Amino acid sequence: MSFREALESGKFLVTAEVGPGKGTDIEHLLKDADIIKDRVDAINVTDLQSSVMRLGSMAVCHLLTDMGIDPIFQVTCRDRNRLALQSDLLSGWVLGIRNVLALTGDHPTLGDHPRAKPVFDLDSVTLLEVLGKLNSGLDMAGNELKGAPDFLPGAVVNPGADNEAALDLQIMKMEKKIEAGAKFFQTQGVYDLDTFEKFMKRVEGFNTKVLGGIILLKSVGMARYMNKNVAGVFVPEPLIQDLKEAEDKAQASMNIAVRLIKGMKDLCQGVHVMALGWESKIPPILDEVGL
Amino acid sequence: MIIAEQKPLAEIHDMVAPYRKVLLVGCGTCMTFCSAGGPEQVNKLAGALLSENKDKVIDKTTTPRQCAMKFVERLEKKVGNYECILSMACGNGVQAVASRFPDKPVLPALNTQFIGVEKEPGVWTENCLACGDCILWRTGGICPVTRCAKSLLNGACGGASEGKCEVSKDRPCAWQEIYHALKRLNMLHYLKEKPQVKDWPIHPGRVVREDLREEVLP
Repeated sequence: MSFREALESGKFLVTAEVGPGKGTDIEHLLKDADIIKDRVDAINVTDLQSSVMRLGSMAVCHLLTDMGIDPIFQVTCRDRNRLALQSDLLSGWVLGIRNVLALTGDHPTLGDHPRAKPVFDLDSVTLLEVLGKLNSGLDMAGNELKGAPDFLPGAVVNPGADNEAALDLQIMKMEKKIEAGAKFFQTQGVYDLDTFEKFMKRVEGFNTKVLGGIILLKSVGMARYMNKNVAGVFVPEPLIQDLKEAEDKAQASMNIAVRLIKGMKDLCQGVHVMALGWESKIPPILDEVGL
Repeated sequence: MIIAEQKPLAEIHDMVAPYRKVLLVGCGTCMTFCSAGGPEQVNKLAGALLSENKDKVIDKTTTPRQCAMKFVERLEKKVGNYECILSMACGNGVQAVASRFPDKPVLPALNTQFIGVEKEPGVWTENCLACGDCILWRTGGICPVTRCAKSLLNGACGGASEGKCEVSKDRPCAWQEIYHALKRLNMLHYLKEKPQVKDWPIHPGRVVREDLREEVLP
């Protein structure tokens, strides 16, 4: 079943993601994808995650299609202007890519080439509009395409925005993204189900599919790092303590993920699991939650 | 106002090294107000250059504005006596002087930073990118093209933390500032408007005002 079919079927969705590394060695990444391919509805491939120069998303998406996986092509506006974005989308289509996650992208200063020229010619909202236009057989300038794609466009939202202004802005932008054609949303990592529930209540009438983000906690240090440095991610102290006191840290991390996914089953339409190299833990987690 | 900072002294030394007689020219408007190239900084820089190299002849002057030809003209009588002009104007002023005296090396003593304001003593912030299509009327008087690190036009990214930009904790998230301003002004509806795509200006910019051109006057 393709991701689009899964989305339209109304089933509880499960997606995961892989992040291409720096260099041409893809053995590990393909192995990770292979471990989870029969358990998930789609696999995202990140686009120069955290603004670090890496192997590209499009090539890896294409390799995943060769393995029978339906990839979600993450496309940020950081590095390409409107010409390159549209061209890469068409290129992705002819290489078998059917789903696109439209993102603004981190600023280059966060990565390993901090003084690179940031592009941001379009943003996540206008990129979604462009996707719709390409799907309709036109480019952004209104020129006719000879052969049009039929992408399933998606977007992201950050339910953990840390103040009223930030959250209102997230929700307003989410509405714009839906209007611009986003058919599904994957969220930033969620650790606090109460906050997530409040967020889901606010977007209740939005008529879209929300996949709650699950980031596997690999260590106490990682939890503290994210609390300090990753916008919208907040790992509550009791969770950190659970992890700290556990003898089997990996098991404790999996238990946390199981708890969160179970809670999300009644709140949203799917989960997006970011395993960060712990892909082998995804099947037992899904077994435990019955997905 | 245009904001600039003096270049590192070592770089200025390198620039003026080939020349013995230097005319150091300050600028009396923006550069004086931002304490980068006014009479005070001209004196200071001349002193610093002389203390390193006693053989140099450095004469000082400050024009009201180096970006206006009528003031650049006033340098005409002086420049003949010097091997180079060291300008303490913004890049605009340096180029105006260079275009008026094409046979003299005109050297920039400053690094031009941006169009901005003095936020507090000793701190300046960028406010305008001169993008050619002002939208301040629907952003609460806060420019997202300039003050959002990504120049986003359709709302905040998800990168802000505690109201600060992901680029640096010393920069507020412009979109949160816009949100507060519009809320205060009862104009939050502007945030829900149709998404905008920017038509970026073509550089180098050129403004032609037919009504001011002599040939069209009756």
